[in-house]
Amino acid sequence: MELLLSSAIGMLTAAGVYLILRRRSFAVVLGMTMLSYAINLFLFSTGRLVVNAPPILRDGATAYTDPLPQALVLTAIVISFGMTAVVVMMALGAFLEGGDDRVDMPRADRLPADSLSGNRMSGDGDA
Amino acid sequence: MSPALIAVLPFIGALLPGLLIRSGRDIAAISSATATFVALLGLCLHIPAIMAGEVVTARFDWLPSLGLNANFRIDGLGLLFGILILGIGLLIIAYARYYLSREDPAGVFYTYLMLFQGAMLGIVLSDNILLLLIFWELTSLSSFLLIGYWKHLPEGRQGARMALTVTGMGGLAMIAGMLILGNIAGSFDITDILASREAIQTSPYYLPALLLILLGAFTKSAQFPFHFWLPHAMAAPTPVSAYLHSATMVKAGLFLMARLWPVLSGTPEWFYIVATTGLITMVLAAWIAIFRDDLKSLLAFSTVSHLGLITMLLGFGTEAAAVAAMFHIVNHATFKAALFMTAGIIDHEAGTRSIARLGGLRRLMPVTFVIGTVAALSMAGIPPLNGFLSKEAMLEQATHAVWQGNPWLVAAMATLGALFSVCYSLRFVWQVFFGPERNDYPHKPHDPGFGLWSAPALLAVLVVLIGLFPGSMADWLVEASASAVTGSAQHPHLALWHGLNLPLALSAVALAGGVGLLALNRPLLAARAAIAWPDAKAIFDAITRAATCAAGFFTDRLTNGSMSRALAAFALTVVLCGLWAFSTGGYQGATRPMLPVQPVPLVGWAALMVATCCMVAFHRRRILALVLVGIIGLMVSVSFIYLSAPDLALTQISVEVVTVVLLLLALNFLPKFTVIESRDRKRGVDAFIATLTGLGFGALAYAIMRSDFAFSPISEYMLANSYKLGGGDNVVNVILVDFRGYDTFGEITVLGIAALTIFALTETLLAGASGRRLRNWVHGSRRAGDRHPLMLVVVTRLILPVSLVVGLYIFLRGHNMPGGGFVAGLVVSVALVSQYMASGFAWAQERQKINYHALIGAGVIAAGLTGIGAWFAGLPFLSSTYGYVKLPGLEEFELASAMGFDLGVFLCVMGAVMLALNSLSRIARQAGETVNLDPMDIDPSREARR
Repeated sequence: MELLLSSAIGMLTAAGVYLILRRRSFAVVLGMTMLSYAINLFLFSTGRLVVNAPPILRDGATAYTDPLPQALVLTAIVISFGMTAVVVMMALGAFLEGGDDRVDMPRADRLPADSLSGNRMSGDGDA
Repeated sequence: MSPALIAVLPFIGALLPGLLIRSGRDIAAISSATATFVALLGLCLHIPAIMAGEVVTARFDWLPSLGLNANFRIDGLGLLFGILILGIGLLIIAYARYYLSREDPAGVFYTYLMLFQGAMLGIVLSDNILLLLIFWELTSLSSFLLIGYWKHLPEGRQGARMALTVTGMGGLAMIAGMLILGNIAGSFDITDILASREAIQTSPYYLPALLLILLGAFTKSAQFPFHFWLPHAMAAPTPVSAYLHSATMVKAGLFLMARLWPVLSGTPEWFYIVATTGLITMVLAAWIAIFRDDLKSLLAFSTVSHLGLITMLLGFGTEAAAVAAMFHIVNHATFKAALFMTAGIIDHEAGTRSIARLGGLRRLMPVTFVIGTVAALSMAGIPPLNGFLSKEAMLEQATHAVWQGNPWLVAAMATLGALFSVCYSLRFVWQVFFGPERNDYPHKPHDPGFGLWSAPALLAVLVVLIGLFPGSMADWLVEASASAVTGSAQHPHLALWHGLNLPLALSAVALAGGVGLLALNRPLLAARAAIAWPDAKAIFDAITRAATCAAGFFTDRLTNGSMSRALAAFALTVVLCGLWAFSTGGYQGATRPMLPVQPVPLVGWAALMVATCCMVAFHRRRILALVLVGIIGLMVSVSFIYLSAPDLALTQISVEVVTVVLLLLALNFLPKFTVIESRDRKRGVDAFIATLTGLGFGALAYAIMRSDFAFSPISEYMLANSYKLGGGDNVVNVILVDFRGYDTFGEITVLGIAALTIFALTETLLAGASGRRLRNWVHGSRRAGDRHPLMLVVVTRLILPVSLVVGLYIFLRGHNMPGGGFVAGLVVSVALVSQYMASGFAWAQERQKINYHALIGAGVIAAGLTGIGAWFAGLPFLSSTYGYVKLPGLEEFELASAMGFDLGVFLCVMGAVMLALNSLSRIARQAGETVNLDPMDIDPSREARR
């Protein structure tokens, strides 16, 4: 069982990482969703796997699974929804404002290599 | 008055001018002065106790586990500095009232000034070095604001930045030094540290701690080679300069050296580092001051020089030298504050501070002339003024100091410093007030009103009185502070006349030499101008520019605007760090048996794996990808059920629904397909990185699951006490609303903020160019003919009451069974969203008037109030209680206060989810989404009615 879960975590991570390395915002959002699954499962698994022993107190029950990782993951699931929502909104905003959904800065806006050694001061430039 | 209250008063005073920002200079000055005066009064009430040798303390545990306690103490040293900070502060407040013009925002000025005063007072009253560090950083920040007060002046901004960089850097070093010191002493309380001199001086970490702390002190007190920031800070308004550079900011470094004098001094390291730095600074800065043309710059370098003098005295490490240092701190504060204010008056009335454009002011400004001359002569060390007394004491101590076996070197250098000091002081008097009157002053000079000259006049009177009657004027204060510094009772017996002795002779030499040097002033100026001296500002600028360039170089190499590149670097770094940690971590191997694999989970696993593979393969077809996300989420929920986590399964599956709906709504306005852009090679590399990360993460998960707990998990406590303390059987829910309630409180707040961010983003989009683009939106894909289908509408109407009841049920049982506020909030949201989907946003919106913003706010408030409720029972925030209630007609049921908290969670989650979806719907409305008047497009009953 441990092998199944860890391979699933690995698979979800790999898919997530591959997708966040794509160049379009939607793929990145999907990748982050995948990574959220992987990380939530991983966090959950740190409590070790137990079958049929939910952390709900009952008379006669002898063993319970570790409730703490579950509590942590529960909030993480909800927060990851919040994060996804914000990122989706930003992706949508970028698409509507900029006309495309690329995540990379357009090549023309990137710094040309030869200006890197020039003087670029932070602050308001009067230093 | 409690020392803690005294330390807090200036901060209260800082609030008032800010609140009364529109009421002008008078109100701002009066409110600041009141707070300062009350604090000064409170401090002075402690004088009898402190003179009797007591230490007044106030102790509050703040973070005892970190050793951070809000402990305050007033001893002689704190008293001396407290009187300087508050006393001169009071004069500065009065002076600034008349100095600032009507256009300057006075409320802002006084707020900054009081913040700074509070920070300084906090430093000198702290009895805990961590607390002291907090105030120390606060002085750096508030002085930054003060120095840059005239934001329109580039010098002001640059000077403020430079001061912050230098003192902030020193502050960082000092944090490290203080932590080492506290570690050696075993406590961060100054009282304890002062008692462990032996342990500190024999520790191998003594030298690093000393160097780091001195770095902080030297940068703050502008000691060579960090002296350059102080003259540039003169771009500040003159009241600020007078305050920061006579009595407070730059004396903080001295205070620290004096505070830690009992434990750090007395070693050769201390002597050679501190005394030598002080000596060099004293002579060098005095030399530079001779040539400055700007009055404030001259005073700034003379301040640096006098700080060097005091540093040197502290560096000698003898008790008599410490007494002399304390005396000179008092004297320097009086005459230097008076001089800065005089310079400010001259600038104010004559329109310039340039010595070359001044001269002959003696008759035009007689009052200013008297004040300035008295103070400057004191600075020069002319009897019978107070500067003379402490300079004699300094020379006396210098004659006793032996530097590397050389008995006269220190004395000779000190005399040289005194000589330069005479020269620049007399120059100040001579070239500003004497000489012929000119007819080209920028303004016609005249004495200012009483308001402006009263403060420096008072100080000048003090200068004379201390000089004439040191025994009655200053003896007590010097005695108290020197006793506190040295840790043993000191009786200074200050006197004007000590007889004909070596120091007097050296003074005479300095005076004669100084006058001679002044006579040579013009040729010297010319000679000095001919040599190119290194400009500290240019060097500083070059260093900062180089550092910025280096940082920019690395940043641009790492992130060139391509996110995938940055993320790839990130992923690889994580894998490498993980590998390194694993290889050095001593993994024991698998110790737990594996659970057997049942057929059903195997099927679920296969579904998950296939769906994930398909996801990668088909992610370009975005709608298909969303379907696959649904499958994966479902499988994850199922695995939670199987692995004894019913709460997680419920949450996951309901979040899944809203996430997919959200993504679908967004996809409405995004391209439905992704084109292939990356070359095969990039995709290959990405796949390699992804595989590596996946393998690493999977292996890590496997290793963890197969090994036993390294420590016994804290969950056992929660399982044992869930019912006893939290009154609930569902341990996960009790953890959320009780044991870790603080976390949850933070989580729902973050969720609320996320939803508000989405709302704000939407507002911005709709108002800007995107809004116009949306109004002209042409939907690319074909629209459904029957967009609000009968079946969907009828079914969602039917399940709405059912879903609401289910939500309520899940909420109520959450404390004892799987469920709770999170799940209930999501379930109710899903029920509402399905109405939106069935009949359209506008139609549904018209029929329910829930303000989602208010819902989020109400949720956070409900949770917070439940937490605060515990205070009334005398318990810490968020402690819960429970009891059993019997209502007629119902069975006895349990009511836990945590339910109020869970209600907050419920409201906040529901508000956040609905606000996020609502925002996306508003974008659709903008894009010309039609508003349907009827719940469904094809309605047989409507047809029948016709």
